[in-house]
Amino acid sequence: MDSIKVVLAGQPNVGKSMLINAMSGSNTLKVGNFSGVTVEKTEVSFEHHSHLLEMVDLPGTYSIRGFSQEEKVAHTYLLNEEYDVIINVLDATHLQRNLLLTLELLKLNKKIVLALNMADEAEKEGLTIDIKQIEAITGVPTVLVSANSQEGIEELLERVHEVADAPQRINSNILYSDPVEEEVLELSNFLDSKGFTLRDLTSREIAIRILFEDKDLYKELHEYPIIIELQPRVVASLEHIYTHHDTKNVNDIKANEYIAIARGIRMETVKSTRNKDEKNSTQKIDMVLINKIFGIPIFLFLMWGLFQLTFKVGAIPMEYIDSGIGLFGDAVGSIISNDEFRSLIVDGIIAGVGAVLLFLPNIIILYIGIALLETTGYMSRVAFLLDGFFHKFGLHGKSFIPLVTGFGCSVPAYMSTRTLKSEKDRLITLFIIGFMSCGAKLPVYVLFIGIFFAPQEAGNMLFIIYIAGAMLGLVMAKALRMFVFKGEDEPFVMEMPKYRLPSFSLIWHTVYNKALSYLKKAGTFILAASMLIWFASAYPKHDLITQQYEREIADAGSDIALVKSLENKQKLEALEKSYLGQLGKFSQPAFEPLGFDWKMTVALETGLAAKEVVVSTLGVLYAIGDEVDEESSSLAKQLKDNVSFASAMAFIVFVMIYLPCLAASMVFAKEAGGYKYLAYLFVFTTVTAWILSFITYRILI
Amino acid sequence: MNLSELKKGDRATILKVDTDESLKSRLVSFGVARGSELTIEACSLGKQTIEIMVDDTLIGLRGEEAEKIEVKKL
Repeated sequence: MDSIKVVLAGQPNVGKSMLINAMSGSNTLKVGNFSGVTVEKTEVSFEHHSHLLEMVDLPGTYSIRGFSQEEKVAHTYLLNEEYDVIINVLDATHLQRNLLLTLELLKLNKKIVLALNMADEAEKEGLTIDIKQIEAITGVPTVLVSANSQEGIEELLERVHEVADAPQRINSNILYSDPVEEEVLELSNFLDSKGFTLRDLTSREIAIRILFEDKDLYKELHEYPIIIELQPRVVASLEHIYTHHDTKNVNDIKANEYIAIARGIRMETVKSTRNKDEKNSTQKIDMVLINKIFGIPIFLFLMWGLFQLTFKVGAIPMEYIDSGIGLFGDAVGSIISNDEFRSLIVDGIIAGVGAVLLFLPNIIILYIGIALLETTGYMSRVAFLLDGFFHKFGLHGKSFIPLVTGFGCSVPAYMSTRTLKSEKDRLITLFIIGFMSCGAKLPVYVLFIGIFFAPQEAGNMLFIIYIAGAMLGLVMAKALRMFVFKGEDEPFVMEMPKYRLPSFSLIWHTVYNKALSYLKKAGTFILAASMLIWFASAYPKHDLITQQYEREIADAGSDIALVKSLENKQKLEALEKSYLGQLGKFSQPAFEPLGFDWKMTVALETGLAAKEVVVSTLGVLYAIGDEVDEESSSLAKQLKDNVSFASAMAFIVFVMIYLPCLAASMVFAKEAGGYKYLAYLFVFTTVTAWILSFITYRILI
Repeated sequence: MNLSELKKGDRATILKVDTDESLKSRLVSFGVARGSELTIEACSLGKQTIEIMVDDTLIGLRGEEAEKIEVKKL
């Protein structure tokens, strides 16, 4: 089967990823309503008309000569890789601005199809677009599509086939301003008269590149004798253009020319029925949401509401899941006769994985909240509102996006720091993302808050923990900016996307995928970790001690109370002598001042693998150990009896701050630029966590 | 006058963008360049950030950047 390699290029937030999803009929790519959702190129392949279409989704780029790291990805790919067709995706409702990139892409001399996306929105806004006219001017096939309503998708694919089969693309009819056109004609006539050719470029194209100071072309021209005769002509031509444009900066001239062309194309092809002075709905919503006075309170209220919801609504299914897991454990336990095997299944796997499953509802609600923030367009507004405040702490308003993503999971958060242009802004943001408690830390908080606070206070406490983490992150950012990453501030210039109603299917897919990956993690990684922890807590066996206890229990005979206490003592001693007990006891002195017992110490250590494991470790350890109450063997009850309020709060503080999970740490090292940074992060977070945890414990005790 | 001196609701034409090349090219790709017309849509507290509209696109700018954009009020 023949394959066609197609690259999707376009400005940020024009719906490239969504268009690929629509074309391939799948939902593999993540989409949002803000710039910079796609930060790395991603590929999707599917079959169409007995060809294999390989689609490459590039990060959005405002210009081919991009400056931010993700724009460089697009730039490097477009210029250096092999591919057959470019689909240039444009936002039909912002044609003029989007055409600026199209003009640059046309210069690449590749086969191009223009896809004017968001046709449905354009129609709603009263815009009619003359596709034939755009084709006539640009010389490339143009299709009006809507990834959202599937309109035009099939036609776009047909066009891709046609263009891929066509031998050469047609030249465009784009005209520059009169002075530039005059000089282009002058130079190209001269080139023709000399019979000069270069690669597959027409003399007109060569002339344009010369006038716009294309560095690569100059390098090539230098090898030809024609350069001697060309030079004085070019100087004269440029002088003429300079006087007309009133500047000698060729970049400025080029920008003005491009903007004029883009404006011209828009005026010729787009008709609007909307009254210019009338405010559109986005402007109206902005009057409220980024209001000078109410903007920030509204934002805080929305965040507070989200955490309230996470706790209150999440608590309802939790009860059922909890008792369900308990019943399941009992049922499974009763059919296994082998003691050790039963202990592995019930105390190890079911207790460990169950403890993690319990928090699925909370996680789903939190992810729905973040997905809403991402898809509606509110995220960029928050960056706008917070930039002034963030800036004081040495951060960039755009840092808000990775930071809020960090509340979900640190891995995508680390990756989305690429939207930040300045290296220092990126590093500072990378270092403080961990302070935004990720979804996996939520179970730890919910568990301990549930034990020590009344249900009506729980949502507020959760909000306080998250806000405290965020505030601490800001303070740390300031410290890092002052002492470590000193330097120039990065300008804040950001597109405020149109507000869009969240599409149900989009939210559903995002949350569904997140929940599924959480479950997968519970089924694989957490399962393995639970087994390992169970093993480390059940071995090595000490036969001598066991025999001694068995003798004592036999002696106690019918004294049930004594037997019970002996049995518990035996379990406790076995646990303390296990591998896990040894590890905990060994490292506990370091955590003693924070009020952690050895079990909590172990939970923190295993939590380095994944934060969900903190809870599952506690689940395993307390399921085996200590005075088991017949009525309730649930983890919460166990912790309530064994852990003091001060220790619990200190524990929350430690979990809030210390190193993120293994997967996130690896991504951090990659994004920051080396394992050296991971070592810094480890020291930075551990020391901070220890000190603040110590203070918390000492105050509360 | 410069952009940061304008008030909410004002309309203006851009006379000159006086920033370094990298910021200038970013602004150009948003349509913010000599000759473009803009309106001020919103300002945050103390004009730390300003939202402007150019060619139907809303753009958020920091006050410091706005100072570098010379405009003529309409």
